[in-house]
Amino acid sequence: MTTEALEPNRRDFLVVAGNAFAAVGAASLLWPFIQQMNPDASTKALSSVEIDLSPVKEGQAITAMWRGKPIFIRNRTKAEIESAVDVDVKKLPDDNARNEGLTGDPPATDANRTVKGHENWIVLIGICTHLGCIPKGQAMGDERGEYGGWFCPCHGSTYDTSGRIRKGPAPRNLEVPPYAFETNTKIKIG
Amino acid sequence: MGGSTSRYVPTSRWGKWFDERLPIARMVNDSFVDYPTPRNLNYLWTFGGILTVCLLAQIATGVVLAMHYQPSDVAAFNSIEHIRRDVNYGWMLRNLHSVGASMFFLAVFIHIFRGFYYGSYKAPREVLWILGVIIMLLMMATAFMGYTLPWGQMSFWGVTVITNLFSALDTIYNGLGTAVVEWLWGGYAVSGVTLNRFFALHYLLPFVLTGVVGLHIWALHVVGQNNPTGLDIKQPSDTVPMHPYATAKDSVGIFAFLIIFAWFAFFVPDYLGHADNYVEANPLVTPPHIVPEWYFLPFYAILRAFTSSFLGIPLGQYAKLCGVIAMFSAVIIIAFAPWLDTSRVRSAKYRPIFKWFFWFFVFTCVALGYLGSKPAEGIYVTAAQIFTVCYFLFFLVVMPVVGLIETPKRLPRSITEDVLSKGGGSGLPTGATAAPEAR
Repeated sequence: MTTEALEPNRRDFLVVAGNAFAAVGAASLLWPFIQQMNPDASTKALSSVEIDLSPVKEGQAITAMWRGKPIFIRNRTKAEIESAVDVDVKKLPDDNARNEGLTGDPPATDANRTVKGHENWIVLIGICTHLGCIPKGQAMGDERGEYGGWFCPCHGSTYDTSGRIRKGPAPRNLEVPPYAFETNTKIKIG
Repeated sequence: MGGSTSRYVPTSRWGKWFDERLPIARMVNDSFVDYPTPRNLNYLWTFGGILTVCLLAQIATGVVLAMHYQPSDVAAFNSIEHIRRDVNYGWMLRNLHSVGASMFFLAVFIHIFRGFYYGSYKAPREVLWILGVIIMLLMMATAFMGYTLPWGQMSFWGVTVITNLFSALDTIYNGLGTAVVEWLWGGYAVSGVTLNRFFALHYLLPFVLTGVVGLHIWALHVVGQNNPTGLDIKQPSDTVPMHPYATAKDSVGIFAFLIIFAWFAFFVPDYLGHADNYVEANPLVTPPHIVPEWYFLPFYAILRAFTSSFLGIPLGQYAKLCGVIAMFSAVIIIAFAPWLDTSRVRSAKYRPIFKWFFWFFVFTCVALGYLGSKPAEGIYVTAAQIFTVCYFLFFLVVMPVVGLIETPKRLPRSITEDVLSKGGGSGLPTGATAAPEAR
């Protein structure tokens, strides 16, 4: 009698199958309730912007908006480029280029964070990789930190002239968005 | 003493008829009128009642504010000003709601420290305690989302910083954190979409909170209230009926608390807030010094204590993740107090060593709060790191070890003995305990 009860029988199979169907049904009902919170079609539609760089003189910076995020665009001086190139990448806190335009794990050299032939332009997502504040350094009088790039006032993260993290709690370099030069003075982001 | 047989006797015919069909009056009588309450409760035990008032006040003012508030990035800031200037008594309702959140947390912190001091988390009150920790988490989530709604600078950047905490998950699995954060935002940055959903959740969570408070009170009434001696109720003379004794005392506490509440709401409504939230949200400019509301400061200090090095330990890219884990652990670890404390004596009144550590823990929390309000630089960072260690040492070392090495003081034999020993040691104070004697 007892051994018979322990053997799985055809009714037990029905119970397991029934529960499995209920679980699949519940999960597929739950999914739309979760998925509705992800970026919607109108948000996704704002996928690319074109920016005219011609008014930006050497040493100046502008801030553009892309996907609701500020984009830092700086026309770097010779000295700024040199200080960005003249860095031992292996000694950086984050040695990854963080360039969405490049695949693989390229090292964080200045060349990997700019476009060849346009090395004076540095284009970055202007969001501190710590907790998302906007670093200072775009306006003329801003404090730019000891590496001459950007300085985040929230928790003191300091970035160099290539937007690489040098000091402070931020874990990663400022991201380089995917962008391309359409003409010599115009870029398309996204 | 919970689950004792009901002594409710319906008096009217209608009362009898209804009691046989839905004994709700019996339940109210057994839980809040005839319920046996330890006779030695002090004013720290009125904070449960005070918190209930706070919850109801927030729901009442919140529902009416929602009638005039518009949850969209273009209208939110102006609709709050509209409430303050145009809506009848809008200025008052809005102040009561915003000050009410601070008062809610003030009361809950006293409530929690009361629990720590008198061992209210120890067996058999573990489930009661855990429900309390869940309530605190829900309160924090609710308050955080509510602070978003005015869509000022602090609202916007507070949301940005706090939701970005989840991006630390990228350190564990690349892309996971970003996916979670974009799901919370409903976009690639904090926007009106985020505000809209936070409004919905800020409306929902207080009702979830009310449900958990119901379980909290239920669990309390199953195991019975703790009291300053930490002793169990052993005899009828240890207790008085909840009504009118405890209800009257609660009322005194509630009214005293409401005086403080009203003083803040009417005379210094913005004292506990931040002036930057009267500047409309600007996604391109972060205020130089973001500070959360005061009741989050200790946890914020723990989060920020994890910079690229922690007391000399280099953390590198794990700093952010460590900070996030530490901040959440700081709340979650409270739920484990029943199992971390090894002492069999409940009340710190009879624990000479634990008592000192308890007051140092209170000091640690206040110090962390102060450090959270200071910029994250120089000596403040080091101090925050030291106090973060102190915070966790209280739970992980002090609670287990002190319980093992400490010799507790002699405990009174009963609550009654403790009460009477104060009044000269013999006899009953006239008129003080009329009802228990009658039983």
